[in-house]
Amino acid sequence: MSGVISYQEWTEEQKYEQFIKRIEAGEKIEADDWMPEDYRLTLIKLISMHGISEIMGALPEKEWVPKAPSLKRKLGIMAKVQDEMGHGQLLLRVAEDLMKPLGKTREDIMQDLFSGRLKFHNVFHMEAPTWGDAGLIGWLVDGAAIITQTNMLNASYGPYARALKRICAEEVFHAQHGEAIIMALAEGTDEQRAMVQDAVNRWWEALLMFFGPGDATTTGTSKQDTTIKYKIRTKTNEELRQDFFTKYIPRVLSLGLTVPDETMQFDQQQNLWVYKQPDWNKFKDIIKNNGPKSKERLGLRQTAYDTNEWVRDALNTAN
Amino acid sequence: MNKPDNKPFDPAIKSALTALLYQLADDDFILAYRGSEWLGLAPHIEEDVAFSSISQDTMGHAAMFYQLLEDLGEGNIDSLAHGREASERKNAVLLEMVNGPGHYLSTAQYDWAFAVVRNYFYVQAKKVRMDSLKNSSYQPLADVALKVNMELYYHLLHWKTWFVQLMQAGGEARPRMEAAIKKVLGDFEGVLTLGPLGNEIAEHGLIEAEERLKQRWLFMMEPVFESVNLSVSESVFAMKNGNGRKGEHTADLDAALSTLSEVYNVDPAASW
Ligand SMILES: [Fe+2]
Ligand SMILES: [Fe+2]
Repeated sequence: MSGVISYQEWTEEQKYEQFIKRIEAGEKIEADDWMPEDYRLTLIKLISMHGISEIMGALPEKEWVPKAPSLKRKLGIMAKVQDEMGHGQLLLRVAEDLMKPLGKTREDIMQDLFSGRLKFHNVFHMEAPTWGDAGLIGWLVDGAAIITQTNMLNASYGPYARALKRICAEEVFHAQHGEAIIMALAEGTDEQRAMVQDAVNRWWEALLMFFGPGDATTTGTSKQDTTIKYKIRTKTNEELRQDFFTKYIPRVLSLGLTVPDETMQFDQQQNLWVYKQPDWNKFKDIIKNNGPKSKERLGLRQTAYDTNEWVRDALNTAN
Repeated sequence: MNKPDNKPFDPAIKSALTALLYQLADDDFILAYRGSEWLGLAPHIEEDVAFSSISQDTMGHAAMFYQLLEDLGEGNIDSLAHGREASERKNAVLLEMVNGPGHYLSTAQYDWAFAVVRNYFYVQAKKVRMDSLKNSSYQPLADVALKVNMELYYHLLHWKTWFVQLMQAGGEARPRMEAAIKKVLGDFEGVLTLGPLGNEIAEHGLIEAEERLKQRWLFMMEPVFESVNLSVSESVFAMKNGNGRKGEHTADLDAALSTLSEVYNVDPAASW
């Protein structure tokens, strides 16, 4: 056929144009499709960070799995943390497929975690010293995660969008599990009520940080522009944080709890929540593995990884 | 014996029945606890997901057995699970042993060979019990055994796969596995025994006799042992660290109980 050149003969620019056309039309990009290099790299970074955060996120709750105060709660939190590990597994597989052309594997993801090149979400660097924290993580951290993940449900990258669909469905159960723990405490003894309020106070700043800085001027860099350009997400960090306030501030207050920010109020004119900014320098420091529990949790992972080396060797020789 | 609510129990049968139920409940409860300490520390992420699913099932089984005790007037399930001293516990000592050196939150250097062997050998023993309990003279227990059994097929397959794979692997795996087998068998009699009331338990038809169950365990395991070139003689089965069925336990159990009931003990009367 004359006049039609085959796809292999297309220039990079033509492929790029075609790619943009596809995502503009709402088409999904699949693992083996052509994609611009910065799209691939952005996805690898985003998805491996998300995946490893699910896995590191199991650690603050891990403390409370054996300690949960009833059989029902033990079963509930076991199921929840198992789901989180499952999310990690699902996401790392998506990331692995994207990394294949670069010759990288899961081993690289783990080594990048240990070396600090691969970061995990700020919230999972924090302490969870009471059962109240175990409830709060399910209620508000998973609640915040639902908001950021729902924002990417229509991501242009098909495998990620499909993984998120499954994850979000489970996150809803996690938030209900967390809310049930919090409700029991909030309606309980004075000691139990104090446990919840302490947890809210302890986690508030980390929850605001969870959505990321408003723009690059705060922390120097921000990936949000690239992810919006490539239709991986739609809303900005600040829009998501506002959605979180709208959803959760009334719920926190209705339980007779307070948020540790006296300036917090809804401004009718701007149609925005006004609040005290978290300390973004602290945020940068935390995700560089200088948070209160960063070293201990990475150490736990690293020790387990080293202790199990003989098992991985055995599996490799068996194959 | 079908309806505990309506018919008053012969006290001899009731004490045999509760003795058996405490063993079943406490065994699963403490092993599920040990499994939950492994969370996030398994050899790979896929295994973490699978192992935590098994531990969750096992905790669910413990809850069903505690529920049968609650129904018999032994107290509510949460106080049975969280509120009893070590000396009141009837689990096998093997199942309370720590996973390895270190603490589950910081310095854990857990022994995967021990995890595989302990779980595999125990799950097979549990399977033999559940199969026998399907014909228990106490119908509510037979009903629970049927439910438990459905999940055991997968647990057994899981641990057997690990066992065979590691036994046949080269390098450090084989000696590590053999050391774990020695350790597990050194207290495995404690898993197989039905305790001081074993004869009564069998006489009342609650479950078959201890010796039959033990032979059945050996019968099930022998082909697997053979396939990995291992010879196991029942003469090595022992209770080196005590008979848990009599309430004999180690310091490992005391430490486990204070962890697992830490929040419960803040206020045992509160609703959590
Ligand atoms: Fe998750
Ligand atoms: Fe979650």
